[in-house]
Amino acid sequence: GKGKEGDEESEEEEDKKGAKGKKKGGKKGKDEEEDEEEGGKGDKGATGKKGAKGKGKAKEDDKKKKKKGGGSSSSNSDEEDSMSEGEMAKLMEEVEEKKKLIATIRNKPWRMRRRLTHLRESQQFVDKFEGALGKGKGRKWYAYKVMMKKKWIKFQRDFENFRTACIPWERKIKEVESHFGSSVASYFIFLRWMYGMNLVLFGFTFGLVVIPEVLMGLPYGSIPRKTVPRAEADSAQDYSVLMDFNGYCKYSVLFYGFYNNQRTIGLLQFRLPLSYLMVGIGTFGYSLMVVIRTMAKNADVGGGDGEDGEFTFAWKMFTSWDYLIGNAETADNKYASITTSFKESIVDEQENQKDENIHLRRFLRVLANFMIICSLGGSGYLIYFVVKRSQEFASRDDLSWYEKNELEIIMSLLGLVCPPLFETIAELEEYHPRIALKWQLGRIFALFLGNLYTFLFALFDEVNTKEYYANFTLNSNDTEATPPPMHPSDIIRGPCWETGVGIEFVKLTVSDIQVTYLTILIGDFARAVIVRFLNYCWCWDLEAGFPSYGEFDISGNVLGLVFNQGMIWMGAFYAPGLVGINVLRLLSSMYYQCWAVMATNVPHERVFKASKSNNFYMGLLLLILFLSLLPVVYTIMTLPPSFDCGPFSGKAKMFDVIMETIDLDLPAFLGTLFSYAANPGLIIPARHSAPLPLTQLKRNRNNETTGELRPLSQYQCRPLSQDQCRPLSQYQCRPLSQYQCRPLSQDQCRTQFPDRLSSIWELSSTSFLRKG
Amino acid sequence: MGNKQTTFTDEQFEAYQDCTFFPRKEILRLHGRYRELAPHLVPLDYTNNPDIKLPLSLLVSMPELKENPFRDRIVQTFSEDGQGDLSFNDFVDMFSALCESSSRELKTRYAFKIYDFNRDNFICKEDLEKTINKLTKGELTPEEVTLVCDKAIEEADLDGDSKLSFADFENMISKAPDFLSTFHVRI
Repeated sequence: GKGKEGDEESEEEEDKKGAKGKKKGGKKGKDEEEDEEEGGKGDKGATGKKGAKGKGKAKEDDKKKKKKGGGSSSSNSDEEDSMSEGEMAKLMEEVEEKKKLIATIRNKPWRMRRRLTHLRESQQFVDKFEGALGKGKGRKWYAYKVMMKKKWIKFQRDFENFRTACIPWERKIKEVESHFGSSVASYFIFLRWMYGMNLVLFGFTFGLVVIPEVLMGLPYGSIPRKTVPRAEADSAQDYSVLMDFNGYCKYSVLFYGFYNNQRTIGLLQFRLPLSYLMVGIGTFGYSLMVVIRTMAKNADVGGGDGEDGEFTFAWKMFTSWDYLIGNAETADNKYASITTSFKESIVDEQENQKDENIHLRRFLRVLANFMIICSLGGSGYLIYFVVKRSQEFASRDDLSWYEKNELEIIMSLLGLVCPPLFETIAELEEYHPRIALKWQLGRIFALFLGNLYTFLFALFDEVNTKEYYANFTLNSNDTEATPPPMHPSDIIRGPCWETGVGIEFVKLTVSDIQVTYLTILIGDFARAVIVRFLNYCWCWDLEAGFPSYGEFDISGNVLGLVFNQGMIWMGAFYAPGLVGINVLRLLSSMYYQCWAVMATNVPHERVFKASKSNNFYMGLLLLILFLSLLPVVYTIMTLPPSFDCGPFSGKAKMFDVIMETIDLDLPAFLGTLFSYAANPGLIIPARHSAPLPLTQLKRNRNNETTGELRPLSQYQCRPLSQDQCRPLSQYQCRPLSQYQCRPLSQDQCRTQFPDRLSSIWELSSTSFLRKG
Repeated sequence: MGNKQTTFTDEQFEAYQDCTFFPRKEILRLHGRYRELAPHLVPLDYTNNPDIKLPLSLLVSMPELKENPFRDRIVQTFSEDGQGDLSFNDFVDMFSALCESSSRELKTRYAFKIYDFNRDNFICKEDLEKTINKLTKGELTPEEVTLVCDKAIEEADLDGDSKLSFADFENMISKAPDFLSTFHVRI
């Protein structure tokens, strides 16, 4: 027996070298029954003898197995006739175990050679005995299931190969990484991810809304909403008018107003209004799903609940070097920054006994916050004022360039000026840099949010003014009284507020793009050129001192990206073309910013991450998603659509389209079903349960991390007694939980707090300084 | 297939795909990178699994590793004999363990092995001193070095033996926010 097995093993080795896969265990998805017949697999291991028998019921199976044994050790399998259920179950268990090993083998910290050997063995075992388990009466289903699973694994493998081949810009990102480290590269990875998401959204919008209208809907010029009015026709082609998105732009597929409200169009009876509404809602649904999925993936990466200062020196030692660095200059910078960081920590450690004037510090912080709230309020008011002014301007014709673009200029300027202002004010506060960065990000977030919502309120305010209703009644009287057919451009049409809102969003996006690109061009490129070439004839060293080369502003850029996406989500419902514009913007951004960072920026001198996990920016994106959902939902549910433009014209509310579809297209019983389901009593709980998957996800993550915390044994965790305390600096105070206690040396006593155990909680509750 | 020369058989590709975090295309590319280090030594056709090893000096000259202060230790950790000679299997293993999709447990294990200079399964004070000196290129004074090492051991050592066992290291690293993003090599 053993000798034969030895022969088979060497046979196996030779087979491996050959190109034919029939005899190897490594192939997947082919007919394993066929292999069984050929007897390609020999017995391996002691269990092989037991398992090579047929199944309980039919003796013919045994004979078949013996026949197919062929040159292998079939003689060994003569002894036992059938296997009991218990043995079969045990065999199945072993097979499952081997399969699990195969799935996780890449996670084992073994040498590659050992992994390959184990893999081969496991695969052979699984192949052979899955086939054995599949024989016999009643096992056909199992065999079928196994075969489908193999096909699925193969499909997954091929799909994985295809997917990684499709990911763009790997080389580019790697270059940036090796020069600037992982934090700068994380921005570009985020940008690439956004590009992918927007591409999918663009596919939906384009394929389900724009293309049907273009192909199957009425062409330009056939009905009033699709034609430039006679009054504007002369200037409709002017560059300045097009740049404002009026003229031919306004009456094109880019905006809401172009779409016809015909219930079905074309041969295929495509329901465009329904599709428009569904795509609008589906955009948010898909984005939500994708963001949550990415957050779930990143959640494993996050660092758990360790707080600042718990393992300061240990982390600095083991996690400060960025293994992605491949460039000598960056490496030098990194060495310098690590040295500086160590020296700072050492100084911190030595100075933690210093007395602080808490009251002065608190006063300064309150003052700083007050100043910042004032500036936030001021900026909100400024925007409201400018929007109102732009509505006045809309009624005038003789506008200077500044007056026409005042709104966009002011909003962009606020976005440029306020963040540095906040940073300057924040110097009063004297926080630890990581905490200060969080406050800064929070304030910038509040600024952008405030600005955007003020803008929206002002815009919707206009929509509700009575002027429009006056026009509405005027026009409807008119159209009743004019029977003879007129040219579409002559027909009086009502105001189309949705297109107006869409135009504002598109203009805002375009001006945001222009400002970003100009900032890079001037702030980085021109600066680099000046520093490089003027350095030869300047009194001080421009490269080392002021202004030197710029550093890449990670948080600013990421926030810009996140807020831009928020604007796209808000505006896509009113301007379907906006998503396409965004896709182009992200694509060009990638190349432009990659070039700019490589050509004009230098690596950071001080590097620290803004947050503990990658999920900080994702969480921000999620929040923005919900906030941009609100105006759209408000529009769909409450505001009446314009009476003569867009796919919902003529209806009382936009979601009436759904009611109409249910009544007319779906069978009757579904209609009654939906009317029960639409009961507010059901919808509200449903809406409340929507956050449940998110909490479930977070709970899972917490469970996993608590699972990672191994229960500390008696020798690793002792309650801290009073003389085992040590001086904690301002940044190191935190409540110690059961899992964080550890033996401290005796001579490090802190004199300030006599009763240490209770004072821990006192510390954390009285001082907001400690918490990040 | 014609004249197209195969580097690996399909079975080999699948085995590598199961044993590493790389898809097929990456494995082929890794072979190209391995080969370009010593084109006359490494054959194009790997279907017979030739037993070729490349020395440490060639491997640390790779652009991904040459600026890393721990490059010698990394290559030594993944070599079978501990001297730094890598076969192709070890080469693939190394980049797979350090890649983005690699698991946290795997990276923690290898990080521990890398920082354990004297290979006694403990990170003792001498190991820490060597780590610090590599990281700061000797810019810190000896007193500062001692202080940092003492503090690091004090922070992470749970069982009180003045050196870090794997359990101590793992506990400390599991809470580190930057570990996964910095302990990552892209090839």
